Amino acid sequence: MRYHAPATFEEAVSIAAGASGVTRFLAGGTDVLVQLRSGLVTPDDLIDLKKIPGTGDITRLEDGGWRIGVAVSGAELGAHQALVADWPGVVEGMELVGSTQVQGRATLTGNLCNGSPAADSVPGLVAAGANVTVQGPKGTRDIAVEAIPAGPGKTTLAPGEIITAITLPPRGKHAGDAYLRFIPRTEMDIAVVGCAVSLVRDGDRVVSARVALGAVAPTVLLVDACAKAIEGTTLDEAALAALTRAAEAAAKPISDKRGTKEFRIEVAGVLARRAAVIAYERAGK
Amino acid sequence: MSRIHVTANVNGDEVEFLADPRETLLDCLRDHLGLTGSKEGCGTGDCGACSVTLNGRLVSSCLVLGVEAQGAEIATIEGMAKDGDLHPLQRKFVEHAALQCGFCTPGFLVAAKALLERNPDPTETEIRFWLAGNLCRCTGYDKIIRAVQDAAAEMRGAA
Repeated sequence: MRYHAPATFEEAVSIAAGASGVTRFLAGGTDVLVQLRSGLVTPDDLIDLKKIPGTGDITRLEDGGWRIGVAVSGAELGAHQALVADWPGVVEGMELVGSTQVQGRATLTGNLCNGSPAADSVPGLVAAGANVTVQGPKGTRDIAVEAIPAGPGKTTLAPGEIITAITLPPRGKHAGDAYLRFIPRTEMDIAVVGCAVSLVRDGDRVVSARVALGAVAPTVLLVDACAKAIEGTTLDEAALAALTRAAEAAAKPISDKRGTKEFRIEVAGVLARRAAVIAYERAGK
Repeated sequence: MSRIHVTANVNGDEVEFLADPRETLLDCLRDHLGLTGSKEGCGTGDCGACSVTLNGRLVSSCLVLGVEAQGAEIATIEGMAKDGDLHPLQRKFVEHAALQCGFCTPGFLVAAKALLERNPDPTETEIRFWLAGNLCRCTGYDKIIRAVQDAAAEMRGAA
């Protein structure tokens, strides 16, 4: 295994594009090193991105959005008060990943690129309408977070392509988001179901919403029908009932040791309802 | 497999070692620097026995490569007692019998110290959540929590 610590993304792309064997990018390493140590994936080339300037930065953009470097850890995200005030749901999703020790290293981009359908930080990013900047041999493009996962352990990134940053849009006023997951204990577990809701209010009315479900399909789902169920409503009981049904209808889970298909479908509805209520309350503050 | 020369600061001392790129920071601490206080329990970041701080952040050293430590400041259990005097957390672990076999203890102490540096007066719930990534199969955790609470009180000057 060759270890590279490039100083620019151009250099990283060129190493990855020129590599003939297995390539892995290293940021927090909480997935890559576990795979390496277990013999699951032994990279020929391991490309550490942390020496690239800006990868450890959280930057407020001119339009009020946020740019989050690919090496920013969960602990750093949680300690950033202005970011937490804008996007509490995004941050609380990331903070559910692993232990304090894992939080010291694990990153949003790593959680996304690991490709787990149950990744706790991904529904929040999808609900937020976050974009990623992808750089590759053919240039740079910005795409929606939900376009990255392709199935368990797989992404749509081509060989040699790297995510260079995550961009959260401007939060604006009267807006809030929330993420909830179900696990059978209180911490240190993988989501049986996860749900994130982001919404904008005008007075008591929900103007726009985005709802994402995790661990109920091969990828995290952005569910338009859930958004439609609450947009234009005051999130009254009828709207919440419609949201619950839409989430249940969208969930296409498998049965495994973490939960049965039937259980996951029911929990998807419950979490969508509860996350919407939290996001609505946060938007009212 | 060419080895990479790494320089870092461990417990205030400048150190250097030659790391195979596949070796973890834990391997390097134990096998190259002779600092065997940090333990390997699981090797997958689940048990916390290898906890150290890396540039002030609590991490599992089994999930850090040795080569990543270039230029970093690392604190391990070996740096906790000063001039032969136990850190209050170490003393309280002894007084409360918060260990039996002791394998997990260095990780608990390093993790608990990192908590008290951020939050000198944590609630029991905060202590339990912070230490959720440290596993102990002997004590049942209760004595560990009491020891951390007692040490925190002493360090605040409240006991």
